[in-house]
Amino acid sequence: MSTSTTTAAEPGAAPSPPPGPAGAGDERVARVGVLRKLLVKPELGALIGALVILVFFAAQSSTFRDISGVANWLDPASTIGIMAIAVALLMIGGHFDLSAGVMTGTTALTVGICTTQLDMTVWAAIAVSLAIALSIGFLNGFLVVRTKLPSFIITLGSFLMLQGLNLGLTKAFTGTVTVGGIDDYDGYDSARAVFASTVTIAGQQFRIAILWWVLFTVLASYVLLRTRFGNWVFATGGDEVASRNVGVPAARTTITLFMTTAAAAWFVGTVYAVRTTSVQANIGIGQELIYIVAAVIGGCLLTGGFGSAVGASLGALIFGMTQQGITYLGWDTDWFYFFLGAMLLLAVLTNQVVRRYAESARA
Amino acid sequence: MTDTLPTPGAAAAGAGDAPLLEVRSVGKTFGSVISLQDVSTVVRAGQVTCVLGDNGAGKSTFIKILSGVHQPDSGSLAMNGQQVTFGSPRQALDAGIATVFQDLAMIPLMAIWRNFFLGSEPTTGWGPFRRFDSATAKEVTRRELGAMGIDIRDPDQPVGTLSGGERQSVAIARAVYHGAKVLILDEPTSALGVKQAGVVLRYIAQARDRGLGVVFITHNPHHAFPVGDRFLLLKRGRSLGDFAKGEVTRDEITSMMAGGAELDELAHELERPGD
Ligand SMILES: Nc1ncnc2c1ncn2[C@@H]1O[C@H](COP(=O)(O)OP(=O)(O)OP(=O)(O)O)[C@@H](O)[C@H]1O
Ligand SMILES: [Mg+2]
Repeated sequence: MSTSTTTAAEPGAAPSPPPGPAGAGDERVARVGVLRKLLVKPELGALIGALVILVFFAAQSSTFRDISGVANWLDPASTIGIMAIAVALLMIGGHFDLSAGVMTGTTALTVGICTTQLDMTVWAAIAVSLAIALSIGFLNGFLVVRTKLPSFIITLGSFLMLQGLNLGLTKAFTGTVTVGGIDDYDGYDSARAVFASTVTIAGQQFRIAILWWVLFTVLASYVLLRTRFGNWVFATGGDEVASRNVGVPAARTTITLFMTTAAAAWFVGTVYAVRTTSVQANIGIGQELIYIVAAVIGGCLLTGGFGSAVGASLGALIFGMTQQGITYLGWDTDWFYFFLGAMLLLAVLTNQVVRRYAESARA
Repeated sequence: MTDTLPTPGAAAAGAGDAPLLEVRSVGKTFGSVISLQDVSTVVRAGQVTCVLGDNGAGKSTFIKILSGVHQPDSGSLAMNGQQVTFGSPRQALDAGIATVFQDLAMIPLMAIWRNFFLGSEPTTGWGPFRRFDSATAKEVTRRELGAMGIDIRDPDQPVGTLSGGERQSVAIARAVYHGAKVLILDEPTSALGVKQAGVVLRYIAQARDRGLGVVFITHNPHHAFPVGDRFLLLKRGRSLGDFAKGEVTRDEITSMMAGGAELDELAHELERPGD
């Protein structure tokens, strides 16, 4: 079987690589260039989508384009975004975490129970909550690495277990399904400053979570594109066996990614707990799919090995804008889900094209 | 080219200096399948050891033992006369054994330069600011591939968009660049046309001339013979012999691989009745 090159369409071009660029070489660059631009920018689709949605709602609703409106739709985008970034990293690394949503509840409830039931200071409770989150993340990752089962099924298991634990333990401690009164404990004010205060920009108060979200987006992009670990994430998700064979610590990378997702869930859970001071036992359930959808809209391939943190943030932004925009226009909120489903399908179809193109030349 | 290292282990009797890599009657079974049994050979610096055999002969299993993917069930490996064991591909890499696997171990969706340095990324900066030195990586990738005569259009191109021969060449250049002492190539020419196979064979010769010990796996004696210094023949997991260059002819290798009688029979069968 003879393998032809990508340039099979040009009968004149020599397939073997002659040293020194010839005229034919330049032609090839031009041909590949346009398609490749789409490939190296996974977030391009999400950027276009976000702009279209921004213009759409801004044109119809003055509240939406008002600065207080902006602060309003950035708020849900921020907490979804922080999670979507971590979930995107994990997806690029080739895995899913279905327990990501319920884990925000677990961490929020831990903060609530540790303070109100166990009399800890707020900061001690937050520290305990982080330790628990990291342990769950480690366990998820460890099980996936050890059993080699799909992460989908492993984390479905931990999702259900945590859902049960959240309700069961909350009831056992409080006798109800709510933990309230976190603000009565030591350290609440400083914790509020960090996790749930507002920052005034141009006369408008913005939730501090929005700033954290921007910071995490920058940080995650940096890690993904500019560090060794980032290279390993792409490689592990792209082809785990191959990356292990060239010396990438794939197991460590996977476990770290699960722990990162758990840490993000801790952060968002803490934001919930400190912001509302009373936590419902069923909080966070169902959110995991929203994170995954945001990551996919942001250009992450379901098969791993491709995606971006900025894209996931844009996906979350699309969520925030659509959610608030539909409310501002006075539409039935059911349209929100229709809209998101359509976005998701569009994104998946686009991603499919990307994958095909990248693999088209495989022998 | 000769080894100046002290050799505390038992050195090869004739040569006096220990070979770069010595395989001492290794065996490997997978459950009830005996994939490899009692196979030995040597790899010397600046020489090419060819491993020949039909499909399923155990060639890939053999090199996976050398590269740390599998651990042998019996027998042992020695580098420079000293016994070594590799628990993982990383350990083999650190000992200077680089492998270009049959599936190339490249990530199709990743850029060429990212693949080139995968697992051995150069870094710059300090502490928390230590980062992947992408400028150097791109620069080196372009230079190294250029030095081997590989004209890549753009190091940012995903590897999946390269042709089979180009990908093979990148994988070889990568292994050579990362300071391999022993370079193992699993069937680098089998999926290639005549012209591209020639290009790859030239890279093998280049690596050899740089002083590397090369292990070249193939089932094509016509590819093995021009570059090989040593030929290890495998059949159904067993060694049919381990020959130095002068000791065997191409036709002998071909007939041993196929089983001489079988080949004669095949030739007879394929002859046109009219001829
Ligand atoms: N992981 C494994 N588990 C079970 N059997 C295996 C495994 N790896 C290899 N084998 C068996 O060992 C034998 C040798 O396989 P191997 O891949 O080494 O052959 P090969 O010479 O590389 O063939 P090819 O030319 O097709 O690449 C085969 O019968 C194969 O089925
Ligand atoms: Mg093989």
